[in-house]
Amino acid sequence: MAIEDDVLVIGGGLAGATAALSAAERDATVRLISYKQSTLRHASGLIDVLGYDPTAVAGTGGEREGGEPTPLVDPFEAIPDLPEGHPYERVGLEAVRESLLFFDSVAGDAYAGDHTDANALVPTHGGTVKPTARYPATTAAGIASDPRSTLLVGFETLPDFDAPLAASHLEAAGVPFESRGVTLSFPGIERDDAKITRYAHILERDEPVDSGAGQTSARAALAHAIGAKLADESRVGLPAILGDDHADTVRRDLEERLGVDVFEVPMGPPSLPGIRLEDLLYDALEDAGVRVTTGVPVVDYESVDADGAGANRGQIDHVLVDRKRKRVPYSADQYVLATGGLVGKGVQSDRERVYEPIFDCHVAHSEDRYDWFVDEAFGEHPFAQFGLAVDRELYPLGADGEREFSNLRAAGGVLGGFDAPAEKSGGGVSLSTGYAAGAAAGEEVDR
Amino acid sequence: MAHDTEVLVLGGGSTGCGTARDLARRGLEVTLVERGNLTDGTTGRMHGLLHSGGRYAVSDQASATECIEENETLREIAGHCVEETGGLFVQRPEDPDEYFREKLEGCRQCDIPAEVLSGREAREVEPYLASDVKRAIEVPDGAVDPFRLCVANAMDAENHGARVETHAEVVDLLRDGDDVYGVEVRHDSGPGTRDHGAAGTTEEITADYVVNATGAWAGQIGAMADLEVAVRPSKGVMTIMNVRQVDTVINRCRPKGDADIVVPHETTAILGTTDEEVDDPDDYPEEEWEVDMMIDTLSELLPILSESRTIRSFWGVRPLYEPPGTGTQDPTDITRDFFLLDHDDRDGVSGMSTIVGGKFTTYRAMAEEIADHVCDKLGVRASCDTADAALPGSEDLAVLERGMDDFGLRSPIARRSKQRLGSRSEAVLETEEPNPVLCACEGVTRAEVRDAIGQSGSDLNAVRIRTRASMGNCQGGFCCQQLACELHPEYDEATTRAALDELFQERWKGQRHALWGEQLSQAMLNYALHATTMNRDRDPAGVDERIAFDAFDGGPGGER
Repeated sequence: MAIEDDVLVIGGGLAGATAALSAAERDATVRLISYKQSTLRHASGLIDVLGYDPTAVAGTGGEREGGEPTPLVDPFEAIPDLPEGHPYERVGLEAVRESLLFFDSVAGDAYAGDHTDANALVPTHGGTVKPTARYPATTAAGIASDPRSTLLVGFETLPDFDAPLAASHLEAAGVPFESRGVTLSFPGIERDDAKITRYAHILERDEPVDSGAGQTSARAALAHAIGAKLADESRVGLPAILGDDHADTVRRDLEERLGVDVFEVPMGPPSLPGIRLEDLLYDALEDAGVRVTTGVPVVDYESVDADGAGANRGQIDHVLVDRKRKRVPYSADQYVLATGGLVGKGVQSDRERVYEPIFDCHVAHSEDRYDWFVDEAFGEHPFAQFGLAVDRELYPLGADGEREFSNLRAAGGVLGGFDAPAEKSGGGVSLSTGYAAGAAAGEEVDR
Repeated sequence: MAHDTEVLVLGGGSTGCGTARDLARRGLEVTLVERGNLTDGTTGRMHGLLHSGGRYAVSDQASATECIEENETLREIAGHCVEETGGLFVQRPEDPDEYFREKLEGCRQCDIPAEVLSGREAREVEPYLASDVKRAIEVPDGAVDPFRLCVANAMDAENHGARVETHAEVVDLLRDGDDVYGVEVRHDSGPGTRDHGAAGTTEEITADYVVNATGAWAGQIGAMADLEVAVRPSKGVMTIMNVRQVDTVINRCRPKGDADIVVPHETTAILGTTDEEVDDPDDYPEEEWEVDMMIDTLSELLPILSESRTIRSFWGVRPLYEPPGTGTQDPTDITRDFFLLDHDDRDGVSGMSTIVGGKFTTYRAMAEEIADHVCDKLGVRASCDTADAALPGSEDLAVLERGMDDFGLRSPIARRSKQRLGSRSEAVLETEEPNPVLCACEGVTRAEVRDAIGQSGSDLNAVRIRTRASMGNCQGGFCCQQLACELHPEYDEATTRAALDELFQERWKGQRHALWGEQLSQAMLNYALHATTMNRDRDPAGVDERIAFDAFDGGPGGER
């Protein structure tokens, strides 16, 4: 006898969690199955909606035309003009807006950016700025349109953020404020290769450290070291290491001690803001009563013919989950596929083809793998757009344009037709398609 | 007429650097010019095999004998560039017994130590060998790091007074009647602390004698003085795996064929190769079938390769040559021997000789012969000592042998850093400063990167070659940014940004031939990290048009 739910969401990233939450709002019983750690911990924790207009940067062969693109001030203005097949074109502007409201209600005070439609330009650890729609509250004081002078603080044992370099880079990017960078040694770090979580724990637990002049607490020692370098700057930016579960407490404590605003600069993987977002979403899933099954892969499915369902391969009856080499069936009325793209392994490839590994949904791609990319590292790579084509209700479509299954929707990175890194649209696509797919699945069960 | 230098060596590959070293140690005044950076031609694009000679033991015993002699010499003078892996010639059931016997006999005739292993014994040495492997011959093949070896030769030449001028392309040969008396080079900006000529300027360098050691490019140089050098460049692919599936060099024991060798190299294994004649050594097709063939054919020996992750492929061009009129059709049949073309004897043009053909393993012996020839031409009596004098970095072998404890680093890192640095390890790694790992895939620390920057300047590709940073699984996705940070503040922000872009693009180039499966997933992750997280693809710092910052969100405070 299969384990049964109304809605089964496969994939535990931003799209999957959003789909499960929005289905649960429709009073469906919802299960979310995820295999590996989600790619959220690789990501910066920012929620981009649309930073650059893909139609404005379209060119041929990786060469951009018409000069360099500038960031979009208002992402919502550009969405209605996106080309057919883009995930935003599929779900529509209203779903994008609704999904952001939904995210804002889930995230609460942990995120900012909901006070305006305009994109925010957030400093990156590489020293430039990038447009995004929602950002962790811990980064809010660092927004680049805020003209206050800034001291960036890096640490000699954290080699991917060089604060003096980042400060010069920000100036080269034309930011409207003075910035300066200093490099300090981090109190309490003994090993040169300590993990990023070690820094967070030292601050969160406010561990005793040896300051050279006797024992003190980590935050006091850090504030003291920063204070000694602070001139007349009115805010201080640090790499995103200010605690794990209680980042807000750590930041406010530092702000009190320094007397200026403190913000985090989002970092590469492993990313604490990404981990915090994941924790936030999983807490919300628990509160919403979603059953979460982690650490097991969905490996196969079985379908039944559903006459008149209008789908190529009928209706999914159940999926098979690999539990210690035993295949366990999980059954549901509606399914949402949110397994991610190439990074999350929701889209895979070998030398001959690109495919979706669970349901073998159609993934359009050139037969010649040398056509999957262009020669410029930041060119218009076809591989960046690999994924499923869906109709406007987010049902994956076969090569013939018909629905693959009558009860499978897809959301997030597994979708094709958009270049998330170039557009800066990954978070918004996951939110909006996850939200819409989950809502539709939940409502369909209700009927 | 006074000349700028006694001997002018053209080409900064193994032959050119070896020749410059040899002549400089004999007390001659030497200048070496190289179009790009050292190893940029064929030397930096080989599979890293230190031949035992076993490969030529049937077809070319003279080469085989020379290989084993030089193999032993390099272990002595360049221990820090060589890994003594040993090698196996592996016979599958369908490979001819007759050839296996000939190979074994040939090895013995050439004094190459050779032992026969049963299939089972061979699999005990290398567990991933196919279960139906019949038997194998064990020989002293090794892995050699061509980058370090070549640089060590150039350093030694400089230590003995030579001028080594990289990023100086020969644009013309200076010829006066029947005499070549130098070259005109065009300088380009190059990396580093070394003094380059100003970019775009040209310089005439005159010499008593010119050695054309430009390998596959020798024909192009010859043509500048209307000399015909019929070099026949032949390309070969090398495919790099993400881990070392084998610790021993694995050769296929059959008469000839493409895709018949796997060389363990540092943390990777390199599959080789193809042999296809090309017209232009700078412009030839890099083809998909070549990569497929590496994996498919070599999987017959090592089935795990068909499931393994390849991280990139690269191509090199062999500088093959055969005397006019030989007329060999198949490039695999062209001799691997080298030829010293004295243009005086051959064309009636004095002042220059050209070296073509040859193998990396025997570069030192070639250099010795060339240097003898040059000394003869110039009437200099000086003998060669390059077979006995250790190369820089290996003079103190005890340093290489001491364990990881010496440096307080974790073992794989210390071990590898020490292999890279040779006797300079102590000076570089014993630092009071924090020394975090910058490239986790290859275990390269900040101290080593800073040392390389001190030597190579702001060219991060040169830093990569010296340290192997960014050459592991992630192909620089995670560490390029860290490496670039180390350039600052010695180099300004714009230089640092340009160096990062250049390294990232270079790392992208090689991956293009490995873009499927895990590596395509990695490529997407790298792209997302650099474009999504860092916005390096749309960096406003690289754009003329200023952003109207005040049109964007000013923060949730609202009052601003």
